[in-house]
Amino acid sequence: IQGSGTEGSSHFLQEGQVLEWIHHASCTSLYKKPFVESFEETPLLVAVLTYMGYGILTIFGYLRDFLRDWKFEKCHLAREREEQKDFVPLYQDFENFYTRNLYMRIRDNWNRPICSVPGAKMDLLERVTPDYNWTFEHTGNVLKDVINMGSYNYLGFAENTGTCADAASECTVKYGVGVSSTRQEIGNLDKHEELEILVARFLGVESSMAFGMGFATNSMNIPALTGKGCLILSDELNHASLVLGARLSGSTIRVFKHNNMQSLEKLLRDAIVHGQPRTHRPWKKILILVEGIYSMEGSIVRLPEVIALKKKYKAYLYLDEAHSIGALGPRGRGVVDYFGLDPSDVDIMMGTFTKSFGAAGGYIGGKKELIDYLRLHSHSTVYATSMSPPIIQQIITSMKCIMGEDGSTLGQERLCQLSENTTYFRRRLHEMGFIIYGNNDSPVVPLMLYMPAKIGAFGREMLKRNIGTVVVGFPATPIIESRARFCVSAAHTREMLDKALNAISEVGDLLQLKYSRKNRHGNEGSDSFSFLESHQD
Amino acid sequence: MKHAHAQSRDSVKMAAGQQWVLVEMVQAFYEAPAYHLILEGILILWIIRLLFSKTYKLQERSDLTEKEKEELIEEWQPEPLVPPVSKDHPSLNYDVVTGPPSHKIIVNGKECINFASFNFLGLLDSERVKLKALLSLKKYGVGTCGPRGFYGTFDVHLELEERLAKFMRTEEAIIYSYGFATIASAIPAYSKRGDIIFVDEAACFSIQKGLQASRSFVKHFKHNDMEDLERLLKEQEIEDQKNPRKARVIRRFIVVEGLYINTADICPLPDLVKLKYKYKVRIFLEESMSFGVLGEHGRGVTEHFGVNIDDIDLISANMENALASIGGFCCGRSFVIDHQRLSGQGYCFSASLPPMLASAAIEALNIMEEDPGIFRVLQDKCKHVHKALQGTPGLKVVGEPLAPALHLQLENSTGSRTNDLKLLRAIVDYSMDRQIALTLARYLEKEERFLPPPSIRVVVTVEQTQEEIERAAQCIREAAVKILK
Repeated sequence: IQGSGTEGSSHFLQEGQVLEWIHHASCTSLYKKPFVESFEETPLLVAVLTYMGYGILTIFGYLRDFLRDWKFEKCHLAREREEQKDFVPLYQDFENFYTRNLYMRIRDNWNRPICSVPGAKMDLLERVTPDYNWTFEHTGNVLKDVINMGSYNYLGFAENTGTCADAASECTVKYGVGVSSTRQEIGNLDKHEELEILVARFLGVESSMAFGMGFATNSMNIPALTGKGCLILSDELNHASLVLGARLSGSTIRVFKHNNMQSLEKLLRDAIVHGQPRTHRPWKKILILVEGIYSMEGSIVRLPEVIALKKKYKAYLYLDEAHSIGALGPRGRGVVDYFGLDPSDVDIMMGTFTKSFGAAGGYIGGKKELIDYLRLHSHSTVYATSMSPPIIQQIITSMKCIMGEDGSTLGQERLCQLSENTTYFRRRLHEMGFIIYGNNDSPVVPLMLYMPAKIGAFGREMLKRNIGTVVVGFPATPIIESRARFCVSAAHTREMLDKALNAISEVGDLLQLKYSRKNRHGNEGSDSFSFLESHQD
Repeated sequence: MKHAHAQSRDSVKMAAGQQWVLVEMVQAFYEAPAYHLILEGILILWIIRLLFSKTYKLQERSDLTEKEKEELIEEWQPEPLVPPVSKDHPSLNYDVVTGPPSHKIIVNGKECINFASFNFLGLLDSERVKLKALLSLKKYGVGTCGPRGFYGTFDVHLELEERLAKFMRTEEAIIYSYGFATIASAIPAYSKRGDIIFVDEAACFSIQKGLQASRSFVKHFKHNDMEDLERLLKEQEIEDQKNPRKARVIRRFIVVEGLYINTADICPLPDLVKLKYKYKVRIFLEESMSFGVLGEHGRGVTEHFGVNIDDIDLISANMENALASIGGFCCGRSFVIDHQRLSGQGYCFSASLPPMLASAAIEALNIMEEDPGIFRVLQDKCKHVHKALQGTPGLKVVGEPLAPALHLQLENSTGSRTNDLKLLRAIVDYSMDRQIALTLARYLEKEERFLPPPSIRVVVTVEQTQEEIERAAQCIREAAVKILK
């Protein structure tokens, strides 16, 4: 398994700065279909200009701080109370330097308030700022029918009409909204048990458990599973909730390079051979933390290889399917379904209901012993309030819809629509010449912007053309790799996608974002999209 | 010609000069003392040896061959993922509630009077709240499909934040989508490695997780003991004088609860404020149990004692008790609260609160503001329950008369925690058979720092009538007599 069939059977195409991994289905037995991911390298000129941009902004930041300190410029920052002026300052000046001087300039691209369903189209509240983003005022106007490319609405279940909404309404009338108690005390409703049985059936595992918040599912359950003397191997780009959960558990944490199986194998071998640091006692257990789809990169985990490694080295696998459940796979069962693997190979399957099911909360699925143990020892069942009944009903209805158990083919149609939309959207952006990261099948599409000024400009220009996009910069991404992130949804029609693509192309020309140096048309080796589209069912 | 001649003459001079230097060197060599030459020779030989000797790393055991490594990998057996759990573990099978957890609750098939849910103001079955939640559902759907930064901010959230800030009379408020995560995200946002936090021993589990996530120095003081706290503060002052430069950048915090969930008593807030100004420490107040309960208008322990709300740096509470919704909030001055919008982990990296739950919370606030008499009623009922439970044989009442959630502990413990829990569970089962729903107070025994003794939790709500309270007290007395003889 060392080398795992990748070196021998893949092509590394180097065209200038481009590296692409293509696994042909015939060569490896682990992958049933081609696994195409690309992360085009930053062009050198762009990197240099980006650093220069940040340098100029930093100099201006120091200048403005100086002016504010010496009262030449009005200071809009909130200040400490007079009575507490001689206390130790709550914030260090340099901690907030980035926030004060860089984030503030483009702050209007985030926290945009909406006043409708976060579906394929939404209504935004208009905001104006009289003092360069320090304060906002609502004008009272509403920007109607803004195309929503930012919400995690993969299967389009964020809707206020239809079977899901009706069922949730009935449940609200019958059960009310709150629960006011924990699962172990008197907050365990019959609805919770119904949900857990359904989730277990959906995932194909023995048993499952549901929690009220996706973030808390990770941060409260990983400490219950591992402790001192255990080893956690975590991917470089794991979500903050996984990192927090790993830290709170008290285990030793080692990080392997993003999606890199050689790095993971090396860490596993070193860990088992050398044992714990200094004492060299053997590790109690080894837990590998990976995600299904990484939301900032758009990459999909190499699950067949991870499972092969885990079986060889007897480690345990924790798979966080926050973005991939419902969005990947021919039946919508997530990344396990996408690769055609057996769910019992993954020891702990975790996911959230926020993205594809249009509700809130998280779940963990696995063997019965695991879930029984979590029922007793998870922090959430003992100290945190249980889920609200209408939310549970929304999950139950949408899950039945995806499984086809409500008697319609709506679920299957939406899954196909999502997959078509994803392929179309990625292909068109690729043809236009943008640098797109990630796997060809992932509905999360990051488009690289690089320069700090373009972050703000892109967000604002797209809003002018009535398209709501999400832009991300430092510290969520490395400092020169800022990006715009699109989330394709099954609710988007072809017209909406075309409108969005035209607007993106226009703004791309305006801001000179078409950095890619790959071949647009031509040799079969690099045209992975035609291969994929011809093989799509 | 002349130029070339001059050049050649220069070069001859240079060569001669060089020759001259070489001759000098050889002469010096002959004139040096013997020991000097020997020493230099040894040094040169040593350098050559070091250059050619093998380097070795400290970490790797380079004596392991590949075969040995493979054997180690074959032999290693991990522990099972989870230790086995016995089928008759007392907490494994939860009590199942069929239908809404309202005043008349159906537990395990029996209809009982609810003395177990934290439904202090009886808003769980309020028709007004349900109606508002329904309207919100018809407008926004159920989920928000995104965190606050990415189109997850709804106008309902902004309205709820404004209303909470106005109700508590602070500048700003911030909402979280999960009650447990509120204080657990707020503490690490301000307190980092190297800072010092003074916390009460009886602090709840979410505060403990927040402290652990913050990586700061934690110093526990005895429960509600102001002298112990002052002693710790004085010790810290002495430490500071030894290193004033460091002392100027270390932040200090006191974290207390308004009404403690584990011991059901109130913290001495005016004394804490005095200590705050004397030793320059900031106060974080956790008001989950006292919000909507204490004070003339339900504003919590600050109103109860008449303390100026600006003296408290941060107030955190969850909306799952009195407000009968889901989620939590923090309120305080903008200077303090605004920081959490970028550095509160549970705020930035998590989906926002579903809008129907936020609407329910707004309507609950409306009800609280319209009818401030409800708090007086609740406080009277609390005193009544406290009095009624006194004198139960074998059980002692832990908590203040004003506390809405009391604990009943065994007066004489049997010596083992498991046996104590069995006895208390028997009392709870007896009461449930007679239509009084009670619950055991649950803790994670291995994870709590200061594990409270086992107890039964008795919750007071405004919906309980005088007659129901008398009946419950009678039932508990009978159970105690029968089971604890």
